[in-house]
Amino acid sequence: MTMLNERQQLSYIAAQAADARLNVELETDGMTLNIGPQHPATHGTLRIIARLDGEQVVWAEPVPGYMHRGYEKLTEVRTFPQVTTLINRIDWLGSFANEVPFILAAEQLMEIEAPPRAQYIRTILFELSRIANIGLFLGDLGVQMGAVTPAFFGFRDREYVLNLIEGATGGRFHPNFDRIGGLKDDLPKGWINETKQVMKRLRGFCDEIEDLLFGNEIFQSRTRGIGVIPAEVAKSYGLSGANLRASGVDWDLRRDQVLPMAWDKADFKVWTHPDGDSWARCWVRLQETREATKIVDQLIDDLPAGPIMAKVPRIIKVPEGEAWVSTENPLGEMGYYVISKGDLGPFRVKIRSASFNNISITPWVLKGVYVPDIITILASLYFILGDIDR
Amino acid sequence: MTSLLAVEVPYWGQSLLRVLGGIVAVLLPAGTIVYVFLFKMMSFMQSRLGPMEAGPYGSMQLLAEVGKWLQKEDIIPENADRVTFKMAPLIVLVSTFLLVVVVPFGPDALMTDFQAGIYYALAIGSVSVIGILVAGWSSANKYSLLGGLRAAGQLIAYELPMVLAAVGVVIQAGSMNLQQIVVAQNTYEIFGLDWIGMPFVITQCVGFVIFMIAVQAELTQPPFDMPIAESELVSGYMTEYSGFRFLTFFIAEFATAGVFAFIASVLFLGGWGVPFSWFGWDTVDSVDNWMNVVGPIIMLTKMMLLVGIIMWVRFTYPRFREDQLQQFAWKVLIPVSILNIGVTAILKVAV
Repeated sequence: MTMLNERQQLSYIAAQAADARLNVELETDGMTLNIGPQHPATHGTLRIIARLDGEQVVWAEPVPGYMHRGYEKLTEVRTFPQVTTLINRIDWLGSFANEVPFILAAEQLMEIEAPPRAQYIRTILFELSRIANIGLFLGDLGVQMGAVTPAFFGFRDREYVLNLIEGATGGRFHPNFDRIGGLKDDLPKGWINETKQVMKRLRGFCDEIEDLLFGNEIFQSRTRGIGVIPAEVAKSYGLSGANLRASGVDWDLRRDQVLPMAWDKADFKVWTHPDGDSWARCWVRLQETREATKIVDQLIDDLPAGPIMAKVPRIIKVPEGEAWVSTENPLGEMGYYVISKGDLGPFRVKIRSASFNNISITPWVLKGVYVPDIITILASLYFILGDIDR
Repeated sequence: MTSLLAVEVPYWGQSLLRVLGGIVAVLLPAGTIVYVFLFKMMSFMQSRLGPMEAGPYGSMQLLAEVGKWLQKEDIIPENADRVTFKMAPLIVLVSTFLLVVVVPFGPDALMTDFQAGIYYALAIGSVSVIGILVAGWSSANKYSLLGGLRAAGQLIAYELPMVLAAVGVVIQAGSMNLQQIVVAQNTYEIFGLDWIGMPFVITQCVGFVIFMIAVQAELTQPPFDMPIAESELVSGYMTEYSGFRFLTFFIAEFATAGVFAFIASVLFLGGWGVPFSWFGWDTVDSVDNWMNVVGPIIMLTKMMLLVGIIMWVRFTYPRFREDQLQQFAWKVLIPVSILNIGVTAILKVAV
């Protein structure tokens, strides 16, 4: 502008003003689209308010809370052993994984530690629930994009994992198996051999999904370069789990912290992807499933003998104190901040669930995408509604 | 034309037979497709059994479904435009019936012998867009509106490659009459072999592939099902429809699949005919009368084959995004089909 003379400047300004007038005249009213609370892509009752310009999202906001069950408050009127019944309903697809951090926090306050065999079995069941959870994700991914068939493959092979969990714990969805100081029971007879076969089968399932879905050009064109979350943004919004690793941040609580669990005994790789798009998030989860089957295989091979329960009093009173334990759950970092006043039950429990933080990025990531991409991005962020609303 | 199986049929009888034939030609394929492919093939692909209770192997399931839909409450949204809302499914279904009118099923087994048959078929084929657009608009639902608009954009984009793919066939057959196209395919010879005729799928393989892709899009089947997209638009323009109105849409969807497969088999697979040299025929008039019975069976077989491919793709692929689909139509399919026309025309004149 400084290089122009006054006349040119005036004509430039006039042209700009004319453009602006034209834009105002041609501007159409946006449309506000309520995606959910009853919508198949929201896995339950998440509501996303999206303001659209044509098919492009101008502004979006998630509205959680339609399924709020008040678990944090409910824990205050339960005893410590009763709490596991509640909290394995948070992320209902990987229920056992929800119990572990709470029990670990309670054990930390009581200053006891589960015997090695219990630690191993806990880790195995933890990884099995990870497979059950992500197995459904891999199948569901296709449905969100219109491919129906992979979903049934997902359900078919997930069923074997659920059978294993049922065989060991007695519950397919809500095992309620973890106890302060150890586990309820030992593994049943024949379980180990069956687990080995199922793990082999699941690696086949991963290959199948990789062929059917990840190798599909339409799938690639729908996910590559869509919903890119750079590492800095991902960190600032508090993403965790595969969503964070897909943005290139090498961060896995299984490896990075010391817990009385058996992950340090197994040799596994933490996969990251530099791209940060929907494709990367899906791919990291696929690799994670493969790693989980390997962890289970390794831990089963060197399962130590011994008791499955440490010495705990019959009536559990947790000493006064505060504890924070978080683990790498299927959906991301899940942690419990437990405050005990020395009673039968906790005084206050704060649950940090992964999905709540993971969907907090939706206003940022959905800006400027098209309506079909909302669905793929939500699918790739992967949330469980119970994990958002608790 | 006046004799069917060597029996003289009066004009009113012929008209009645044609009306019945039209209804059978639309509804029979629709029912067969839904049972064989949607219920059974899909289930087997997805490692489940599908319906097994109603009738042997669930074969009566379709009747049960129809009964269920007829019993359902007919809900019209409060803000809907009532007249157009009720009209929309009928427009879609009627376009299917109009489409089957020109398809020949045998030397005499045809509704009407229309000189510009293919032109008519492709024009009528896009009438269903109006029905879909009307349904999307009159439902007073944002998802339906998005679905209707997507459908309109998509069907217009894919109408063009479909027409252009058919032009290659028209050039080669030298006629727009579907009956003449069938005759041409069964009387021509390829590489001097007169016993296989010349189904245009051999010479027009590019056109065939483009035509089938366009049919897939025209039927809004995955991977081109953005207008329906149950995971994002919750069935798009059909969201607000229930009961028998939804049933009408449902029948129309699969009946249109059947009819488009009929047209594709007429254009590319030799239609109802067998190579005429097998029985020493040379024109349509010399074809024996029993072809009026065998012809429809041959057509049905070819139709099931083509719909099988359509459904196979449907159950396997994820869906495109709207802009990717438009790009695919305008940047890939249309240039290739124009090239195909050019090559066909040059070879037709040169050879």
